[in-house]
Amino acid sequence: MLSGPARALLLPGLVILLIAAVPLSLSVGMIQIDWPRIGDDDTASIALLQLRLPRVLLAVLIGAVMAQTGAVAQALFRNPLAEPGLIGVSAGAALAAALVHTALVGASAVAVLPPSLLLPIAAFAGGLAAAFVVLRLARRDGQTDMTTMLLAGTAINAFVAAIVGLLSARADDAGLRGFTLWMYGNLGRAGWNEIAVAAPLLLAVGLWLPREARGLDALLLGDAEAQHLGIDVERLKRRLLIAVVLATGAAVSLAGVIGFVGLVVPHAIRLLAGPGHRLLMPASALLGAILLTLADTVARTAAAPAEWPVGALTSALGAPFFLALLLRMRTRIGLP
Amino acid sequence: MTLAATTVTCIAGQRRLLDAVSLQVTPGALHVLLGPNGAGKSTLLGVLAGDRRPQAGQVTLDDRPLGEWPTITVARRRAVMMQRDELRFPFSVDEVVALGRLPWQRRANAAGERAIVASSLAQAGAAQLAGRRYPELSGGERARVQLARALAQIHADDGDAAARYLLLDEPTASLDFAFQHQVLLTLRQLADRGTGVLAILQDPNLALRHADAVSLLAAGRVVASGSPASVLDADRLSAVYGLPIVAAKVADGPPTLLVAKGLQGIPE
Repeated sequence: MLSGPARALLLPGLVILLIAAVPLSLSVGMIQIDWPRIGDDDTASIALLQLRLPRVLLAVLIGAVMAQTGAVAQALFRNPLAEPGLIGVSAGAALAAALVHTALVGASAVAVLPPSLLLPIAAFAGGLAAAFVVLRLARRDGQTDMTTMLLAGTAINAFVAAIVGLLSARADDAGLRGFTLWMYGNLGRAGWNEIAVAAPLLLAVGLWLPREARGLDALLLGDAEAQHLGIDVERLKRRLLIAVVLATGAAVSLAGVIGFVGLVVPHAIRLLAGPGHRLLMPASALLGAILLTLADTVARTAAAPAEWPVGALTSALGAPFFLALLLRMRTRIGLP
Repeated sequence: MTLAATTVTCIAGQRRLLDAVSLQVTPGALHVLLGPNGAGKSTLLGVLAGDRRPQAGQVTLDDRPLGEWPTITVARRRAVMMQRDELRFPFSVDEVVALGRLPWQRRANAAGERAIVASSLAQAGAAQLAGRRYPELSGGERARVQLARALAQIHADDGDAAARYLLLDEPTASLDFAFQHQVLLTLRQLADRGTGVLAILQDPNLALRHADAVSLLAAGRVVASGSPASVLDADRLSAVYGLPIVAAKVADGPPTLLVAKGLQGIPE
């Protein structure tokens, strides 16, 4: 754990790393970018402005918001292993994406909307719908019960996975491949139009969540304890859940499922700076943005011209890191 | 000026957890709630804390229904120490106590706030735990830190004369012999300085020794309420707990309650 002065340098340090990661990611790739001549060279300009810039922007926004919503889910469930996927958003989005990718619905709907638009809209709607079912099931006598939500989320996740399995069996090869790649996350799908729609939402959630730091700290003590401290727990929970669902829905609909960022990043920050949300929320946002930016840079350059699905990469790197944390530092991260 | 439950009834399913129970927590007094397991002690405390809404009767703070007060005002005047604690995240002990200052919405690292945290820890007999990680503490140590958090929450400022209340659900549950008395002495001091304290205890002798008033609860009703000596009568306790209990006089202190010889297993 960092002590006084080092702790004070954590946020500035992360800001510097992020400022370094963005131009690094913009410079690397198939097409060489000659920075002084960027206005003259058409290919390089297009690569930079139409391909890399939106992609880096998306990585920063989604990485920041996923890390924060992970921390929020962990506070809401009072469990360091929780993540927004428990609420069913990703599963619902996946089901909608599977529906779009299978000839079943795809053929008729594509006629109305081009797939590049249909897919994110359907995924966003599917994510919200599944989350709505889970949130509704967890309501009892006007209270949101997180244990019920965990179980309801598990059930909905299993049910959705079953339907996705059935759909996959009926899908043709192209649909199956498209869906499988969608599932593993990719930041290259979204262009400026999609970002223009999603960025305000992601930005609003990302800037608002750190303001709830006191309430999040109080939630770690327990719902009753937080209420005794003067927090309106039910309203706080609803605000947080809606923010988590909207942000996760937006992230998943644009970039597919990107695993482990929401789980690993808050853990890493807790190790460095403790569990207090005043520092945890902004630091997680910054580290999430840095890691996803770098991961995406590797994903699109390591095997160029082919691309690795960035979600597979974050999971491949995140899982062993997570296991190491789990085994070596159980109490430091809040496990019993 | 009281925190009062008036003819409160709580029903869960077919069971009456509380049946027209009235109880007053008075500033300046240490009131102990005793009774067998399942008598409704925690339910009553939960009602007074505002955690549970009774099916009948009402809870008032200074003659105004508890629910009509702004939650932040209530949080500044009344702290609750629960029996279980759910905190698993690795806060330091100081950070946990500082969370008690949350209703005051001040900067956590201000000198005044840090002094309140330190003095609350000292009052709870937990000064030596400062700097430790909360999840690494033993059950008894955690209880003392939670007590310190509650004390920090209702720390009286200069010029703020509104009476404070402290509700504690078995604050001595996992404490060793010495700390049980130390915690009750702390509660005693707090009451002497004007706080209204209500504590659930299991040991009638602790109540006899330290309380100003005792209410004995059984099967959701108040069996007796009043001074410790009058309520904790050996015959009454024998009947309520179904145990042969006798009072023994030790030196010139209050009588000590003992379980008599001839105990034949746990009564039905």
